[in-house]
Parts: sequence; structure tokens; C-alpha cells
Amino acid sequence: MPLRAMMGRCGAALACAIILCSFAVRAGASELFVSNEVDDTVTVLNGETYKIIATIPTDQRPRGIIATPDDKAVLVCDGDSSNIDVIDTRTLKVVRRIDTGPDPETLAMSPSGDKIYVSNENNALVTVINYATGKWITQIPVGIEPEGLAVSKNGRTVVVVSETTSMAHFIDTKTWQLVANVLVDTRPRIAIYTPDQRYLWVSSEVGGTVSVIDPRSHRIVHVIDFHIPGVDKEYIGPVGIRFTADGNLAFVSLGRANRVAVINARTYEVEKYILVGQRPWQITFSADRSQLYVANGLTNDVTIIDVASLKAVKSVPVGRLPWGIAVIP
Amino acid sequence: MLVRRAAPALGLLTLVLLAGVSSAFAAPAAPGRSAARSFAITLLREEYHFNPEILPSLLETHPADLGLAGAEEAIYELNTAGKFIGWHFKLAVVTVPDGGNVAATADRLLAHGPTVIIADLRADDLLTLANLPAAKNALILDMRTSEDLLRQQDCRTNVFHLLPSQAMRTDAIAQFLVLKRWTRWFLIQGPTPQDAVYAADVRRSAARYGARVVAEKTYNYDAGSRRSDTGYQQIQTQMPLATEVSADYDVIFVADESDLFGDYLPYNTYAARPVVGTQGLVASAWTPAYQEYAALQMQQRFDLFAHRGMTERDYGGWLAVRIVGNAVMRAGKTSPLAMRTYLRSSDFLVAGYKGQGLTFRTWDNQLRQPVLLSQPLMTVSISPQPGFLHPGYTTDTLGFDEPETQCRFAQ
Repeated sequence: MPLRAMMGRCGAALACAIILCSFAVRAGASELFVSNEVDDTVTVLNGETYKIIATIPTDQRPRGIIATPDDKAVLVCDGDSSNIDVIDTRTLKVVRRIDTGPDPETLAMSPSGDKIYVSNENNALVTVINYATGKWITQIPVGIEPEGLAVSKNGRTVVVVSETTSMAHFIDTKTWQLVANVLVDTRPRIAIYTPDQRYLWVSSEVGGTVSVIDPRSHRIVHVIDFHIPGVDKEYIGPVGIRFTADGNLAFVSLGRANRVAVINARTYEVEKYILVGQRPWQITFSADRSQLYVANGLTNDVTIIDVASLKAVKSVPVGRLPWGIAVIP
Repeated sequence: MLVRRAAPALGLLTLVLLAGVSSAFAAPAAPGRSAARSFAITLLREEYHFNPEILPSLLETHPADLGLAGAEEAIYELNTAGKFIGWHFKLAVVTVPDGGNVAATADRLLAHGPTVIIADLRADDLLTLANLPAAKNALILDMRTSEDLLRQQDCRTNVFHLLPSQAMRTDAIAQFLVLKRWTRWFLIQGPTPQDAVYAADVRRSAARYGARVVAEKTYNYDAGSRRSDTGYQQIQTQMPLATEVSADYDVIFVADESDLFGDYLPYNTYAARPVVGTQGLVASAWTPAYQEYAALQMQQRFDLFAHRGMTERDYGGWLAVRIVGNAVMRAGKTSPLAMRTYLRSSDFLVAGYKGQGLTFRTWDNQLRQPVLLSQPLMTVSISPQPGFLHPGYTTDTLGFDEPETQCRFAQ
């Protein structure tokens, strides 16, 4: 709106210059999109300066947030509004809303980006949506309070974890049938495949562990435990998980223990605990994977961890109750 | 009326089938498959006479399914999980009429051997049930009481308490007051024996945390003016009189377990001081307003199911069923005795929307848990408060800790 007014006054050439200029400033640096559950906004940070570029109003209770495979859009689930906001990563505006059914908490996309998988937390469902048309393909009943979703690299399997049923449900994307239901420790939050697809890791917030599941046999092959000197066990609540590209290291955010664990993903030994902000929730890598970004729910900031040195470099403020982060290169 | 129990042979079979469940258990989805094993839970309640006229506020309600709805919601949740791994849970509700014979009913329930009983009973009836010879090897989950005595001298090995004791509640409030440096308390207590216990807990909390009870008064409110048109005028003259003391204090700590007058205190006190205790800022395991630690999901789910807010007693019933579910599906325990051992072991925990796993204290079978501090529409805080530390669990700063317990389980 102001831009159009400016065009009328100053002429098209000037407006073009302004647009080019503003794009020149944003070009090059990657951007972080942080969902703020309480503010009903997404904060956009510059990936080099970590300055706030924009605060985008969303619908109510934004939580799960991902970038599309082509990085053209960032999708965020609005739990209390029953839809997904589609944010154009060029204009930083919500350009579309997709109906998801009640209480979408998190989402994932098929590898090609044609389908969206949404966990409907209050309805114990996974809703499968055609991204292009917004039409629902199917709904799959799963355990109570479904949350984290993982999609295998070949797109054949979708895994959803249910917090109150404490299971990882394996869904065949050809038949939309459940092929296995693996009981894990209490209140699972996130499922993620290892880069080589050989294992699926599931974090259990209240159980305080991470289960390593063989996705072929659907058996738990290892359970990772955490012991932090001076921190009571009941405060250790694993949530977010990310692997380095070579699959050698895993990072796990530990909720109220206010730390991120660094785990040797081959031996399952915890190598280090990195102190971050309060109640770290979801974590994600920078586009070049040199930094790890941690959304701290209670201190309303994002901690940046240098992956090479395994040190927390700094924390930058975002909105209230930051939940998750998506990165655009 | 009587509960259908799983045949003993079936119980044995389930144990065999579930061997190895703790490491991993996976099975194809089998909704409605006939091979599902079933597990029966009994909920024993007495229909105590209740006169809604005695509730001081019109906003207070007394739904007929109080507590029960929580257990039923949890059964639905267990069966959602159970259908994926071949378990089906059944809740048999046995209601004793007001003044009925709890012992005789329980004896009938226990006639075929020990079983799992969720008790929605008052303290005296709970103790009657626990003392029955037939209940010796049963598992009784107490979803209702908070009486200290049941966790102290009257503790029983077959009873597990899910809601916070009175002492846990006064400690939860006390920690908050000490954190606020509101350490001079005026204690006003009602006429009942439970009020006296609560008042003793307030004194104990003060001594524990370095606060002081600077004034005390016993008050017996004559309920004659309740819900009459001139009620507030009576209250407005009576409450300042009742709260006038010479000592200077920071808060009024009210011990009125029967809701006789506590709710009349806020804004009607002689001095401008906040009210805490059994009314005003109260300590509880749950309130319909609590939404932290994903409790919002539980509240929404319960409202869809019961069409009303979830109370502390509903939460007690919900917890009881979820605990049984963990014992059966997670640990493969189906006999009450094996369950009791499991509940007291380090393998057990139950999630209760408190941001941490809840476990049992082995010295008195009390569920350790964070305790909510609330005013009617809002959660104000959750205790334990920052800085109150414990070598084991910070939640063990609330209530009777191991060194001070009066509970002696006969082994």
C-alpha cells in the first residue's frame, strides 16, 4: 500500500530502485523464520546479522514451521485457527491459507513437495493435503496428541509420534495404512530419520530419553539416556533432534534442562551439554550447517551454536514463546 | 453391579505375550481384532449425600460425574493406544448408595481374588476398604483424598495416593509466600478436625521455610445468611470483625476445608491483605484454568468429552486409569501385587501435564508432583519454587519427606 502511493508520487523509476535496493540488502544472507506461539507471529531474522527483518502476523497459535523443498514458501501450522499459513519467502507476507482440520500442531512435506502431512493434535489424526490444490487426500487415525512427523527420503513412509499414547506410528504412503506402532518412552515429541535412513530417532520429553528405532524391523535398538551433573533427572526433557550431514553427530535439545546435548550418533555416547536459553524446544541448522539454531521457549530468544567448536555463540531476541525455526538459504 | 474380571488364565497368557515389552513392542495395526486382551478396572465410589445449597457461590457446581468423567476419558485414551497393540480396557463403575456398606460391596468385588480398585471414597471409607483382609493383595488407587493421616500413621501398602496431601498443599503455598517475602502470616481456622490438621500444616510450613504465624484465630461461621438477599451485608460486617487482630501481617492463611467462610474473606478483611490457603490463592493438582505443559490439550479433550471443565477429582480419576495403563501396556504387569512393585520402582513414571514424569514416594506411596497455585480464573504459579532444593527430587520439598514420615509400612 505505501509502495503504491510512493509510485504515484515519485514515479516508477524510483520505486524500482527502492525495490532493487531492498532486495539487494536481503540477497545473499540466509533467513530464519521463527514461529512465536503466544504472539501469533513469525519473526524473520537475517542469517548473518541476526537482526529482525520482519515480524509477520499469522493466524492463532503458530507452532510447527517448515520451508518447502524449493524454499519458495515457509509453512506454519496455526493450531487454534485450523489452518496453515503459507508465507512467501520473497515478499515475507502470508499469501495463502490452507485448511487443515482442527488443531494442527506440526507438519512435514513429501520429498517432492506435492503433499503436506499435518498432525491434528486434538483429533488424533494425520491429515494428508495436496499442496497445490489444498484438497485433503486422506485422514489417518493415530494415537492421542500426535505431534512430530518424519518422512523417509524415498517418501514411502511417514512416521508420526503421539504424545499421550507414547507411540511412533509408521504410515505407508501408498495404502495410507498403519504398518507398525512402536511403544516408546513417555511423551514422544519428534521423530527424525538418520541421514543414511538406517534409523529413526524419537525424543521422549517426559521419559527423558531418545529411542533409536530400526525402521525395517520396527524394533528399538537403543535408548539414549542423559545425565547432567547438578540437574535433576525430571528436568531433562528431550525434544528437538538434528544430525550433521555426515550423520556422525546428533544434537538434542533438552527442554527444562536448558541445554543441548551433543551425541556421537554412531556410539550413542553423549559428548557434551551446551548451555542455551531456558526450555530449548525445536532446533535446526543454518543453510550451510555451520550453525545450529535453538528456539528457547521461556527466554523468548534463539541461541546460535557454532557447530565446529560446539559453543553457544550468542542469543538473539524473537517473539514470545518461540516454538520452531525454518531456514531459507 | 459386579465387575467382570479377566480370568486368571488370561492374566497368565498376557504376561507371556508381553515379555520383552519394555525394550520394544511393535505390532501391525489391528483395530477391533478379536485377539485383543482385555483388562478390567473397578472404580468404587459412594454417592455421598450432597446439598448444593451449602456451596457459597452460584458459580460452583457439583456435576454428577465428578471424578468419574476423568477416569472414563482416560479409559478412552488407553483404548486408543490399546487398539494399536492389542489391549482393551474396561471400567466397571460400582456405586455404593449414601451411607451404604462399602465393606460388603468391596468384599463382593474382591471375592474372586485381588483386583485393581480406583477409590473415589472419603478417607474413612478408603481406610475401611484398605483394611479388608480380601484387599490385602489388591491395588487401591486413591483418586480423591488429601488427608495427611492416610499418608502418615494410617498409610497402607495397598493404597497409592494420587492427589497432593494437605501438607504438600501448605508447603506449596508457603514456598511461594517465602519467595515473595510475605512471611508474616495470620492463620484463621474453621471448626472442623480437618481444619485443625490443615492449620497444623500451616504452622509446620512456616517453621520449615522461615515464615512466622504472627496471629491465630478460630472462627466458626454461622451459615444462616448464605444465599439470601442480604448476605453480603452480613458478610461485610462479620468478616472485618473476624479478621481484626493486633499483629501486623502480610497474608491471611485460611484453613477452611469445608468451604464455610473462606470465600467470603477476599476484600472483606479488616486489613488490606491477600488471602491464601483453602480459599483465595489455593494449592491443587489441577484446575480447569491450567494450560501450561500442554495441559491445554488435556483441557480441550476433557471438555469435548464431558462438556464441562476438568476438576482436580477428574484429574485424580484420569491419573489412576493412566497409571494402570502404564503398568499393563508398558511394563506388562497384570497382577495387582506386581503392579504395586512396579509403581514403587524406578521403572515407573506417569505423565500428568506437569512438564516432568510423576513417580511415587516409596515411604508413603504418595505421588510426587508439582502443585499448582491458582486463583479462580488463573494459574498464579507452580511449586516447588526456584531455590527450594532437594538431594533427590525437588518435588520432595513438598509434604512429608522420608526422614520425617510417620508411615511405617508393615513388611
